[in-house]
Amino acid sequence: MSRLRIITSNKAQETIEFLYKDLERRIVSSPPGLCPIDLMASFVKMSHAQTCGKCSPCRIGLGQLVDLLEEVLDGKATMSTLDLIEKTASAVYYTSDCAIGYEAADMVLRGIEGFKEDFEEHILRGRCVAALDQAIPCISLCPAGVDVPGYIALISEGRYADAVKLIRKDNPLPAVCGLICEHPCEVRCRRNMIDDSINIRGLKRFAVENAGYVPVPEKMPATGKTIAIIGGGPSGLSAAYYLSLMGHDVEIFEKRKHLGGMLRYGIPRYRLPREILDDEINTILSLGIKVHKEIDIGKDITFKKIKEDFDAVYIAIGAHTDKKINIEGHETKGITSAVDILRKSGDGEALDLEGKNIVIIGGGNVAMDVARTARREGADKVRVVYRRRQVDMTALEEEVEGAIAEGCEILDLYTPRKIEKDENSNISGLWIQSQIIGRIPFDRPVPVDADTESILIPCDQLVLAVGQGIESKSFEKEGIPVTQDAIMAEEWSGIENIPGVYAGGDCVFGPATVIRAIAAGKVAAANIDEYLGYHHVIETDVEIPEPRIADRIPCGRVNMRDRQASERVSDYELVEFPMSLEEAMQESSRCLRCDHFGLGVFKGGRVEKW
Amino acid sequence: MVKLTINNQEISVPEHTTIMEAAEMLNIFIPNLCYLKDLNEIGACRVCVVEVEGVSRLVTSCNNAVSEGMVVTTNSPKVRASRKTNVELILSQHDARCATCVRSGNCSLQEISNDLGIIDNPYKENIPLAHWNDDFPLIRDYEKCIKCMRCIEICDKIQGLNVWDMSKTGSRTTVDVSHNRRIEEADCALCGQCITHCPTAALRERDDTDRVYEALGTKDKITIVQIAPAVRAAWGEDLGLPREFATVKRLVAALRKIGFDYIFDTNFAADLTIMEEGSEFLQRLGDKENQKWPMFTSCCPGWVRFINTQYSDMVDQLSTAKSPQQMFGAIAKTYYARLLGVDPDRIFSVSIMPCTAKKYEAGVSVMADAGSGQDVDVVLTTREIDRMIRAEKINPALLEEEEFDTPLGEGTGAAVIFGATGGVMEAALRSAYYLVTGENPDPDAFEDVRGREGWREASFDLAGSKLKVAIASGLGNTRRLIEAIRSGEASYDFVEIMACPGGCAGGGGQPIEDGKELAGVRMDVLYGLDTVADLRFSHENPSVIKCYEDFLGAPLSARSHKLLHTNQKSWEL
Repeated sequence: MSRLRIITSNKAQETIEFLYKDLERRIVSSPPGLCPIDLMASFVKMSHAQTCGKCSPCRIGLGQLVDLLEEVLDGKATMSTLDLIEKTASAVYYTSDCAIGYEAADMVLRGIEGFKEDFEEHILRGRCVAALDQAIPCISLCPAGVDVPGYIALISEGRYADAVKLIRKDNPLPAVCGLICEHPCEVRCRRNMIDDSINIRGLKRFAVENAGYVPVPEKMPATGKTIAIIGGGPSGLSAAYYLSLMGHDVEIFEKRKHLGGMLRYGIPRYRLPREILDDEINTILSLGIKVHKEIDIGKDITFKKIKEDFDAVYIAIGAHTDKKINIEGHETKGITSAVDILRKSGDGEALDLEGKNIVIIGGGNVAMDVARTARREGADKVRVVYRRRQVDMTALEEEVEGAIAEGCEILDLYTPRKIEKDENSNISGLWIQSQIIGRIPFDRPVPVDADTESILIPCDQLVLAVGQGIESKSFEKEGIPVTQDAIMAEEWSGIENIPGVYAGGDCVFGPATVIRAIAAGKVAAANIDEYLGYHHVIETDVEIPEPRIADRIPCGRVNMRDRQASERVSDYELVEFPMSLEEAMQESSRCLRCDHFGLGVFKGGRVEKW
Repeated sequence: MVKLTINNQEISVPEHTTIMEAAEMLNIFIPNLCYLKDLNEIGACRVCVVEVEGVSRLVTSCNNAVSEGMVVTTNSPKVRASRKTNVELILSQHDARCATCVRSGNCSLQEISNDLGIIDNPYKENIPLAHWNDDFPLIRDYEKCIKCMRCIEICDKIQGLNVWDMSKTGSRTTVDVSHNRRIEEADCALCGQCITHCPTAALRERDDTDRVYEALGTKDKITIVQIAPAVRAAWGEDLGLPREFATVKRLVAALRKIGFDYIFDTNFAADLTIMEEGSEFLQRLGDKENQKWPMFTSCCPGWVRFINTQYSDMVDQLSTAKSPQQMFGAIAKTYYARLLGVDPDRIFSVSIMPCTAKKYEAGVSVMADAGSGQDVDVVLTTREIDRMIRAEKINPALLEEEEFDTPLGEGTGAAVIFGATGGVMEAALRSAYYLVTGENPDPDAFEDVRGREGWREASFDLAGSKLKVAIASGLGNTRRLIEAIRSGEASYDFVEIMACPGGCAGGGGQPIEDGKELAGVRMDVLYGLDTVADLRFSHENPSVIKCYEDFLGAPLSARSHKLLHTNQKSWEL
């Protein structure tokens, strides 16, 4: 007899470990619209399989709960069944010895609260109000509804120009999105059920970079209608593109020196090179869109005048003001906002950061953009102060990693307390207070002060990257409804009781992603066209290839690689390497073609025109 | 062209051909269930799976295209076993009590199950429970639905009414009225196209044969039956009769054997409809400026339901003329009761229709103008009368032809084409020409309105004035036409609409042959009957002329208005 032995896993346990991973990925790609009670019943059933069997509430109660939930689903339950479910779940929650039991019961209790309407529909009316109507995960999660399986199939056939044409049907900024889209399309990719989501953004970039110049489609016959677009960012450009295609006369009014909005004044060149942005904007303008630069609405021309001069107006002014934080000493010299720095950088002005010691407050992508820009401007030391943990940052993980690789330091779990200044009122340092991560009231844990003294970190320049606001005052004065600086537009982009005036993008929903801004421009274009009495249809003649018939063998996802940090930190060249042809072919062949296999072939599938 | 091998045979087929179609070119037939060409190619039942060399999972042949060098096996052990399992699984959720099923013997599931030799099912039955209103003319039997989704597709793609949809999710997914509505509130036109495209008996008409048997067995009742034009082109299909043998006169003989007292022809009333509707059209034309145009035909109750729910502001553009069925009903319980010298309450009026919406129409509360209950007491579909013939063990192959009774058994060639899309328009134009000019046109002068396209238009010269007409069949086409009228893209004087593609010939009450669209061949039969008819003008129908002389007076007379016209706005839905 040996006294101790090494634990080895048997084949069944090894297999189960694989299945756990399978299940995790399956849940990731769960489509929206499923019956929440049905899902919950199956979660409880799985939880019941996890029970050790020692305690009666968990061993017996979870099974009873599954049966009762099944009764609800089968239309055999009454409202007293619901009471029994609640009573049972409460007892299991209160009396189970360990989390296997009480956490499972808690799911049910939360479900009773959260799916109240669903329970009542099932019990009282014998029907389920859930409906799967989004059959293709990537398309339905793309705010602009870009035909992802379609263009991936085109890429795998080497038809890159067709891929670009297909993308432009729903999104006129494919080159921009190929580089900087936050790719919500990838989140619930069904390929997760096999291995990992498709690298959709990377493939889009590959298509754009290999397509050569793809001219815009021919304009539809001129309508003689005029539309003013206020703001030449992604939303305004998108609306301008589609409205112009539809045959309307479009004029863009831009406050700054150049078009592009946050694409130019928010996103650094090393992520979106200016020549690519300029090319894309020029392609859009090639439709014959007139541009008025450096026109400030309310100052150079009144909104009223624009409204009078045009048949319709689309307001897409973005969110370009900085937000402040209340911190002792904030009137000190040497404090600036991320928005200022990135705007100057966008216009090519000198930033004067060389050799400086910079501290940035914030944890979003903008904070990372400033940090990495500062390194490229020759800042000596760049530190990002963030009050939660690094994993809690809203910045994309690869942005944080990129910044760290380029020599930026992340000081997480610190909150700024007080600014230290020298005799000339120039900033000399920042007092920061250590935090400990705390409770999770909803989705993110709240940090609280740790029981330690504040510490002083020296700095020459403090940059606040704590969010952006909207400069909507001049519109509010002219009767446009505004709430907390955001313009109040309906979901169809119109403004209540002001016919012919539409708004969208960051100025309506606050700082968000480029693809949401593009989508808002598309929605506005469609509804402005209808408002003007037309129903122009946007479509493309690109024929989508038949899906490949092949087994779907697990295969790693091709991720994008970056240039060496030590090399890229001293220039503004694009950081990210493109996919190679070999990689693009492998990656595009991983697409499961949900437009053909699954519900997409029947309902909620491809939208060929809009 | 794409070269591939199927079951060791090589073939070259055009690009985009499906595996199933390529196999058919080699006379290799792949079992399938949910598939309907062009309409439902969604691979839901997974019965048509085949094996493709180099691919371990099986592939549906109905909706996957061939590719160069593909090697396909349609009957490998893996295919056979998987296909059979899938049919067994479908059967486990299907009420397979075939002995009491209306589609027994004409059921694609039964056929494939028998073909695959399934004599025992290893799976426990798990049949969904749900309730349906059995009084509604359209019956859904959830226990028989195999979720092929065809009803959803036909209603979405062809009829554009989106009555059906998938309902519930997960294991309880079924097909039901869309948006969690009840059928009564779903704007269903009752066209019955979902029934004729259902592979099983999950959808059927309300069976009203018992009410007819009861009347036949009631001594005091005088049973009168009318046969709609399109029924004669189809009734033999369910009984295995060749089309040329299954004449309407043999159907008359069968109905006499069943025991109906008087057997009449809806054609009589169709001619009457032309007199009324044609006169109404000319009357409106005389007052052109004050009328809304176009005038629409009104004889299709599916269409009337459609316009009432979808374009209620246009209902007054319908001709006020009742449909032939309802004109017949009103005449039977007035004029004919008088001819027989009987109390009209004794008359039990039955109609045999290619249609499910006619069941609704007969039940509309204002369709009781004769004053003796509903003008038409019971409507039977072509399928139901075929079932009655079978129930009586009448051997249709031995039937001799028999004549209709008179005078309501008399009809013209203009009436018989009512059963085909464009027929009402053509019949109306023939008589309108006569009414305006006083002389008959060439009976085929208006043949431009014939055809199978879903939306057709034609122009004619009517005594110097230009007439622009249009015809649509199928409600999706109808919607396109109406939208074009409303947007000003199209304008017409007179428009004929039939809810079913091809008109009544393709009606939702007609016999079902799964996978086949038979409207076209049935239309050919009807146009053939018109060509050989002695009389080809409604205004020449002697019984109609006599009916006006002895009873109605003239078209659009006060009595005509009371008995033969209606305000469709007052129809409850």
